[in-house]
Amino acid sequence: MERVNPTIEYLQEKFAAKILDSHAFRGDDTIVISGAGLREFFRSLKEDPKLDFNFLTDITAVDYLGKKEPRFEVVYHLYSLLLKHRLRIKVPVPEEDPVVESLTPLWRGADWLEREVWDMFGIRFHGHPDLRRILLYEEFQGYPLRKDYPVNQCQPLVPEREVQDTFVDQRSHNKLMQLQHNIGAKSRS
Amino acid sequence: MKTTVKELPGETMELQMGPSHPATHGTIKFNLKLEGEKVLDCDVEVGFLHRGFAKSCEQAIWTQVIPYTDRLNYASPLINNVGYAMAVEKLLGIETPPRCRFIRVIVSELSRIFDHLTCCGMSASELGAITVGFYMMEARELIMRIVEAVTGARLTVTYVRIGGLKHDLPHDFDDQVGRAFEKVRRILADCDRLLSRNRIFIDRVSNVGVISKETALAYGLTGPLLRATGVSYDVRKADPYLVYNQMEFEVPLGVKGDNYDRFVVRIQEIEQSMRIVEQALKRLPPGPIMLEDPRIALPEKEKVYNSIEGLMNHFKLIMEGIKVPPGEVYFAVEGGNGELGFYIVSDGGGRPYRIRVRPPSFIGMSAFHEMIKGHMVADIVPTFGMINMIGGECDR
Repeated sequence: MERVNPTIEYLQEKFAAKILDSHAFRGDDTIVISGAGLREFFRSLKEDPKLDFNFLTDITAVDYLGKKEPRFEVVYHLYSLLLKHRLRIKVPVPEEDPVVESLTPLWRGADWLEREVWDMFGIRFHGHPDLRRILLYEEFQGYPLRKDYPVNQCQPLVPEREVQDTFVDQRSHNKLMQLQHNIGAKSRS
Repeated sequence: MKTTVKELPGETMELQMGPSHPATHGTIKFNLKLEGEKVLDCDVEVGFLHRGFAKSCEQAIWTQVIPYTDRLNYASPLINNVGYAMAVEKLLGIETPPRCRFIRVIVSELSRIFDHLTCCGMSASELGAITVGFYMMEARELIMRIVEAVTGARLTVTYVRIGGLKHDLPHDFDDQVGRAFEKVRRILADCDRLLSRNRIFIDRVSNVGVISKETALAYGLTGPLLRATGVSYDVRKADPYLVYNQMEFEVPLGVKGDNYDRFVVRIQEIEQSMRIVEQALKRLPPGPIMLEDPRIALPEKEKVYNSIEGLMNHFKLIMEGIKVPPGEVYFAVEGGNGELGFYIVSDGGGRPYRIRVRPPSFIGMSAFHEMIKGHMVADIVPTFGMINMIGGECDR
C-alpha cells in the first residue's frame, strides 16, 4: 500500500523534525505535524518553489473520541495550481486546550473555514481576527459535530436578541409609537 | 463661471438586509454599513438553512447518504451524487464500468447546464430582463425533462449508486437530448441578442463586484468566480476524473473578474457542457452500468426471490450496508459553482465516521464583502446572484 512519493520524501528531508507521520493512502499524500510553529510551516509550504502550495482548498476537523489520543485532528487540504498536486496536513489537537494557530495571515479564505471549525468542534484558532460562530447562532450550547454531542439533543429557547442603533429599528420604533399614538387618540374620542 | 461641488456630509448608517429578502433567492443576511447608498462594509451571516448534514450522515449507512447529497446544491444534485459516490469508490478502491462513467459525465454536464441556466436566468430577471429570465427558465425546463426521463425525479434525483447507477438511460435518450439541445441553443442565441450588447444590462454588471486574481486565490474561490478573473482552474482539466480526459472542451476564461465576466463564463460553459454531452453520447459504450460485486451492488430481483444466496445478499446490503475499509480520502469534482470536494473518513464500521463537504458557494460568500465594498446597495443583488449561493450547500 505504501508507495514512495516524491512530495512526501522531499518534505521529510526538509522538515524531518516537524513531521510526525506520513502516508499516501489511495494516492492522497498525507502528513501529520505537531501544532507548534504551524503558521511558519504553512508559510514555507506556500513559498517553497518545489512545493508551491498556493491554494488553500479546505480546513476541517475530525473528532476521534475514544479512538485516538489526542482527541481532535484539524485537517488542511492544500493544492498547487502550478504543479497540480494536493497535500493533506493533519494536526492533532488535545481536548484540554483545543487551540491551533490561525492561517488567516496566509490565506484570507481561512477566515470562514476556521470559524466553521470553531462552530462545529469548539477548536479555537489563535490569531484569528473574528472568531464567531458562523452556521449556528451565538447562544447555541455545545459543539454539534463532536462525537459526544447526541444527535437528538434539544437546544433551549433563547430570548430575542435586541438590535440597537440600526436604521430599521429606529424607523419601526417610530412607526410603533405613531401607531400607539393613533390608537390612543381613537380610544379617547 | 465657476461651479463648486459641495460634498454633503455623510452619515454612516447600519442596515440589515435579509434574512428573508425578496430580492435574494436564498436565506441570507447582510449587515451593511452604508454611507448614503454606498456600501462601506458588509458582514454576511449565513447558516439559516443549516440542518446538520454532516451529523445526519454519521447516523446513516453509506448508501443512505446519497439522498442527503441531493439536497446540498439542489440546482445540480447529480453532480453532488457523482462526487459523493466517487469519493466512496476511491476509498473502496474500485472502478466503475465504462458505460457508467460515460453516463455519469452526461448527467453531470446536464446538471451543470441546469445550474448555469438557473443562475444566469435569475440574475438577468433581477436586473429587469424578465424576458431572458423566462426564456432561460424554458431552457431549464427542457433540461429538467431529460433529467426527469433519466432519473424519475426533478430535483431529488438520487440517481447515482456507489459502484454504478440506479438504472440505464431511456431508449430514446439521444433523440430527447438532440431535440432539447437544439431548442436550448436557439434560446441562448436569443438571450445573447437580448443581453450581450444591451446597454442597460452591461452598465449594471460591468465593473461591479470586481475581484482580482490574487484576492480570488487568497480566498480559495473556484469555478466561474475564479475563472472570471482569468485563472484557468477547472477540476475536470486539472485532475480529470471519469472520462473527461477523453472529451474535447474548452475552459472559458474572463479578464476582469467582474459580474459581466462571470455571466459570460457561465453562458459559455453551457455551450461547452452541451459539447461534452454530445461527444459522450456518440462514444457511449454498451455494457453494464453497475459493478458486478455482491459486496457493493444489490442482486437482481430474480435472484432475491428465487435463491437463498440472493436473498441473504440483499438483506445484508440493505440492513448493514456496504463495508468500507478504514481510511480517509479527499475527492473533488467540478460542481456548478466550483470545486465540490468530499473528505471522507471511515473507521471500518458500517457508517461514515466523518463526511466533510467543501462547499464552493460557502467559500464564494466568504469573499462577498471584498466584491461589494465601495459599490451601491443596488449592486448587492446582481453580485450575490452571480455567486449563485445555494442555501442547501452553503449552510449544509
